[in-house]
Amino acid sequence: MTNSIAEIEDAACLFIIGSNTTEAHPLIAHRVFKAHDKGAKIIIVDPRRIQLSLIADIHVRPNFGTDVALINGMMHEIVAKGLHDREFIAQRTEGFAELESMLGRFSPERAEEICGVPAATIREIAHLYATSQPSSILYTLGMTEHSHGVDNVKSLANLAMLCGQIGKPSSGVNPLRGQNNVQGACDMGALPNVLPGYQVVTNLGVRAKFEAAWGASPLPAEVGLTIPQMIDGLIEGSVKSMYIVGEDTALTDPDTHHIVHALESAEFLVVQDIFLSETAKLADVVLPAACWAEKDGTFTCTERKVQRVRKAVEAPGEARPDWMILREVGARLGIPMNYDSPQEIFAEMASLSPIYGGISYQRIESEVLQWPCPTPDHGGTKYLHKGSFGRGLGLFSAIDFRPSEELPDEEYPFFLTTGRHYAHYNARTMTGRCPTLASEYSQAITQMHVNDAARLGVNNGDQIRISSRRGEVVSTARLGDIVPEGAIFMDFHFPEANSNVLLGTSLDPITKTPDYKVCAVRIEAA
Amino acid sequence: MDYSFVPTTCPYCGCGCQMFLEVLDGKLVGTEPVKTAGMNEGKLCIKGWKVHEFVHSAERLTRPLIKSDGVFREASWDEALGLVAERLTAIRDQHGPSALGFLSSARCTNEENYLVQKIARMAIGTNNVDHCARL
Ligand code: SF4
Repeated sequence: MTNSIAEIEDAACLFIIGSNTTEAHPLIAHRVFKAHDKGAKIIIVDPRRIQLSLIADIHVRPNFGTDVALINGMMHEIVAKGLHDREFIAQRTEGFAELESMLGRFSPERAEEICGVPAATIREIAHLYATSQPSSILYTLGMTEHSHGVDNVKSLANLAMLCGQIGKPSSGVNPLRGQNNVQGACDMGALPNVLPGYQVVTNLGVRAKFEAAWGASPLPAEVGLTIPQMIDGLIEGSVKSMYIVGEDTALTDPDTHHIVHALESAEFLVVQDIFLSETAKLADVVLPAACWAEKDGTFTCTERKVQRVRKAVEAPGEARPDWMILREVGARLGIPMNYDSPQEIFAEMASLSPIYGGISYQRIESEVLQWPCPTPDHGGTKYLHKGSFGRGLGLFSAIDFRPSEELPDEEYPFFLTTGRHYAHYNARTMTGRCPTLASEYSQAITQMHVNDAARLGVNNGDQIRISSRRGEVVSTARLGDIVPEGAIFMDFHFPEANSNVLLGTSLDPITKTPDYKVCAVRIEAA
Repeated sequence: MDYSFVPTTCPYCGCGCQMFLEVLDGKLVGTEPVKTAGMNEGKLCIKGWKVHEFVHSAERLTRPLIKSDGVFREASWDEALGLVAERLTAIRDQHGPSALGFLSSARCTNEENYLVQKIARMAIGTNNVDHCARL
């Protein structure tokens, strides 16, 4: 997030797009309600009638996968009416001319043709966002889990920079991270292109610094493979072995059959986890890990705040904390692993990552620290991009609209979109074993519009068979008007009706993020 | 009777709510929100309130497992880790470092993620390391 969570409640306008905040981030939604109570205008952009839309001043329901067209239409109106922040654009950004000429072709009327939102409404939300002070954008996987996720995110950055609605309190572009430590995993360099602290692997100076600190022989200089590329590599045979820590890859990646086949083709598969997950069942060696309550360490939450995890109880049987297992694996592979505690690992990481340079276990005992925090006397950073952007000038990108890769047709006439449910978390590895949560919500359901159901002769609670070009699952229909006609919504929490079986493998060309949000399916009574 | 509260961070979503784990004689018996935490101000969602319930599940893994002829058998740590090191080294020597891939976890701590990428880059010599952020 560019801003802090608490700042949300002081925004004058919140533009919330592709985020079912009350279910996925309940305690951030709480701040949205507070902002609403304080008089903030709430704009919700979501094809579904989500809970927050009930308090929204305006709820727009664009066609699936057409967010870029909607945002371009808004920006066209903002520029046409002179609502853009000329001073901010002149001093802080570059590339405006290209954006402006592209926007010339994107009137709200043209946007309406693509996204289905009336041009008058596009104008109204454009005015509300541009003229409220301050306005802030919140988004989640609903924006990024598309084959054109990068376009979506760049379009939001365009919108914020155009209006100067970034780099100040309660104003910015705020991705809400799905999992507890996604932020930290990225920060730590668990990515194929960067070492800890987003220092790029292709930079000679960066590698030299890590080589010297680690006492390593030359570190690899080429960008590595992303998860989908590793999976393809397993099938082609260029990747022979995978070491998987705490991820139920087989269940949570799209196109499940493809993944299971890939993992089965591995010559040697190691899985380190707390339960015998579907992925672990495919492994050659399974290493039992301690869970979060049984170890010490830190998580970095979505607002870049580093917080402690503390050991409360002993791990069962011979299970060990992941850091201890990894320490032993590293040592057996011949690299020095002289750490007596997570604190020592953190200190080494912080000494090599300028954004964490001033953060220590001692300081976070008493201080709230958000990176960047480069030195021990630095108080951390509540909001990013004050005065300048990471790269200096903010870069506008002229982004044209591209439709989703797979759209409904005669054979597969419905849109399928997916997401999570408030009582559960991803593959339910943990929540499925909490009796209270399991009873709250114990089977997979598929949301369907009442009119579609009437046409197909489906009643509430009926079993339905949902098929795509990749597979089929059976699920229970729940009828209502949450999803628009022509679309269904499924969660990905239950292995017996896992929507990932249905999803495609079309990837965003840049991040290689799979398209989780849109694919075409057919529905029949089961 | 040994009774204590241990402050920690919720392991589910990116909100990072602060909570106390309630420990009675070495077992988790409850979860309470931290009232002074600026983030959650004494609140948790239903997942947070019930987070202690999975920890002592009977399904937890307790011993290393090695698969031979398609079935798992329990093994000692020494044997399991020895096999891991031996096979990873052999595959790297035979096919090169880019024949190996590491998947780290958004559920693990920062320190653990740091070690995964260090092992991939320094011990194996590959940048094939990723986690599920993009998923
Ligand atoms: S208590 Fe709920 S909102 Fe808070 S971090 Fe945990 S899952 Fe997220």
